[in-house]
Amino acid sequence: MDLKLHVWRQKDASDPGSMVEYQAKDVSPDMSFLEMLDVVNESLVQKGEEPIAFDHDCREGICGACGMMINGVAHGPQRGTTTCQLHMRHFNDGDVVYIEPWRSGAFPVLKDLMVDRGAFDRIIQAGGYISVNTGSAPDANEIPVPKQAADTAFEAAACIGCGACVAQCPNGAAQLFTSAKVSHLGLMPQGQPERWRRVRGMVAQMEEEAFGSCSNHLECEAVCPKEISVDFIARMNRDYIKATFKGDDS
Amino acid sequence: MQWMIEIYRSAMFKKVVMAVTGLMLFGFVIGHVAGNLKIYQGKYVDGIHQGEYKLDVYAEGLRELGAPVLGHGQALWIARIGLLLAVALHIWSAYQLTLVNRRGRPQAYQKVTPQASTYASRTMRWGGVIILFFIVYHILHLTTGSVHQSFEAGQVFHNVVRGFSNPLVSGFYILANLALGLHLYHGIWSLFQSLGLNGQRFNDLRHKIAVAFALIISLTNISFPVAVLTGVVHL
Repeated sequence: MDLKLHVWRQKDASDPGSMVEYQAKDVSPDMSFLEMLDVVNESLVQKGEEPIAFDHDCREGICGACGMMINGVAHGPQRGTTTCQLHMRHFNDGDVVYIEPWRSGAFPVLKDLMVDRGAFDRIIQAGGYISVNTGSAPDANEIPVPKQAADTAFEAAACIGCGACVAQCPNGAAQLFTSAKVSHLGLMPQGQPERWRRVRGMVAQMEEEAFGSCSNHLECEAVCPKEISVDFIARMNRDYIKATFKGDDS
Repeated sequence: MQWMIEIYRSAMFKKVVMAVTGLMLFGFVIGHVAGNLKIYQGKYVDGIHQGEYKLDVYAEGLRELGAPVLGHGQALWIARIGLLLAVALHIWSAYQLTLVNRRGRPQAYQKVTPQASTYASRTMRWGGVIILFFIVYHILHLTTGSVHQSFEAGQVFHNVVRGFSNPLVSGFYILANLALGLHLYHGIWSLFQSLGLNGQRFNDLRHKIAVAFALIISLTNISFPVAVLTGVVHL
């Protein structure tokens, strides 16, 4: 199949950037979206042009490196799927495809479709950890974990930090990411000692970064490749409200 | 003190202010709609208020609320001041959050395809502005009577029926209440989320509660001008 692409091209962070039109010829339906871009890039290199820059790593849908806005949807039209696992069989011959980088005040564009997601790392640094005393390895199952808590924590821990939630949110807000990270530790017994400090710290860092605030549009949940629920946002709000009533040392 | 400044500056706090003041205004709207239903009850046929419209007696009763502890009109003014504060804080938090949200998406996409947001959620800001204009007009129209053509102080039933006889006026009331219905739908559902009130058993119910109240409130309010225009309610 042949596609017409409109791709955001931007030389570097200071370049204003613009949409550029490309033709993707002889695209196989078995290709992934990134492989389709690889083919386009090969033809660009052959013509002596600069290839389109985009982030990617595992191409198995588990690392969180890839991601772009495809026709106005983060990671494209297939639900619960990262860009690398989106296959061209979901497109038709002659389709026009708009490809843009994630956009948020906190995600500056570095080049073309690559953005700096360092803001996510700083949110994690502000509380996305537990402190344990080192020593001999503890026995397995030494700490009882309720089944419900383990399951829910695991659902939150599925977050790969790709940034699709921020990209799709009309406010460029990071509530779904932050709440998943707050919850996957906060639900476990190991996460209790720092539970209130964690939610305060991570929310404060999230707000310090140039993310928007949550208007409960639910766009994030719809595009999350790991289908993480907005229930975690309510849970984070609840913990944050409780944490404000607690002292700084708790 | 430092912690109080931090709370004040956080967007999360502004969402809580938005939710709590929204809940207060929602409570007022329910009371207002319920009281308005007196318009369908006509006049007292006997007793000390014989021959008076029930709506007029109810309106006068609002001024005597809390008697004999509170004086004439005192409870009403306490409520009015509380509501004004709630409206002011609701608008303040909306303005502050709008600034934060603009910062969150400084550059727009060339193409956006909404996946889950609703017409109601996307029109909260401008819907709120329409409702604000409506509230100002509504007070000038039926509370102070400044923009009413034949306003009689204390004659609430008369003022409502005369006011709604004008199709333009009724049309604006109907439009504003459609906007209110949309605003309430997203607002009611959203306040549960902002205040962290969720749970597996409760989640589906939140949407149902929002739909039910938004429909009941906006349809009941719309029924008043429609009833006057169709002659169901007349002087």
